[in-house]
Amino acid sequence: MKYWFILMLLSLHLVQARAEIEYRDFKQPEQEQAYQSLINELRCLVCQNQTIADSNADLAKDLRRQVYEMLQQGKSRQDVVNFMTERYGDFVMYKPAFKLKTFLLWLGPVLFLFVGLAVVWTLRAKGASADKELSAAEREKLKKILEQGDDA
Amino acid sequence: MKYLLPLLLFIALSVFLAIGLKLNPREIPSPLIDKPAPAFTLPILATPDRSLSQTDMKGKVWLLNVWASWCVSCREEHPLLNQLARLNKVTLVGLNYKDQADAAQGWLAKQGNPYTVSVMDSEGRTGIDYGVYGVPETFVIDKRGVVRYKHTGPIQPGDLEKLFLPLIQQLEAESA
Repeated sequence: MKYWFILMLLSLHLVQARAEIEYRDFKQPEQEQAYQSLINELRCLVCQNQTIADSNADLAKDLRRQVYEMLQQGKSRQDVVNFMTERYGDFVMYKPAFKLKTFLLWLGPVLFLFVGLAVVWTLRAKGASADKELSAAEREKLKKILEQGDDA
Repeated sequence: MKYLLPLLLFIALSVFLAIGLKLNPREIPSPLIDKPAPAFTLPILATPDRSLSQTDMKGKVWLLNVWASWCVSCREEHPLLNQLARLNKVTLVGLNYKDQADAAQGWLAKQGNPYTVSVMDSEGRTGIDYGVYGVPETFVIDKRGVVRYKHTGPIQPGDLEKLFLPLIQQLEAESA
């Protein structure tokens, strides 16, 4: 039973490893780095939650080829990014450029953090004001409860 | 006041979720709208020794429909394209995307050929230039060669009357 389970896990891994089998030849290691980082940042538009490095869709293959060819032609990283966003829009980048159209996307989380902090702040301020000394009657009641239990 | 804030938050959240439900995540706005149609020079499907370029269409309002014989949803929209062709109101150019010529020819013979002309983009490079990610797609291009509208996915019944024909009429009225 245990061996079957291990075998199953291993076979799952085989499927994963098959995703990228293309052989790409680069003249400089920097080019290969640029290629790897680009295909891991570009979104596959057919299967939207995968990068083009992860996806086996036809379009992802074509886009990988496009990235490779552009780098081979000596184009820069930014050239490739511009090429893709001119055609597919900002959505194609997992990390879109910071601009007017995308500022909410980038600053949204920080904004929510501040809203959360503001809420905590006001709640704490309210709590502090309620933190007063007990009155004589309340102290009497508390003493009674502590001595006799809650059902008194 | 104690209950007002959670209620408001709940309403705000509901509104966002309701909008989110209505949005189609597959519909990615094309950055090509109001930009010149990307250049191509591609062999014509029927006569591969001749080619067609987007500049040949200058002065005309035309539709570029991306299709393929392997594309299932293309079959769904095809009767509507045939219907559009019968109206004879607009030039319909087909971009045969990542397909084989004989398969494409056979498909047209069977389903009917609404296209004035189809060009072959066998490697999908023109497709990339047009930001194609889900066949079928339809671009409406004006007399100056500017992309005015992009429709992703199959054209639905009613789209012709509600969307395409009024737009074509409007673009026809513009000067070249």
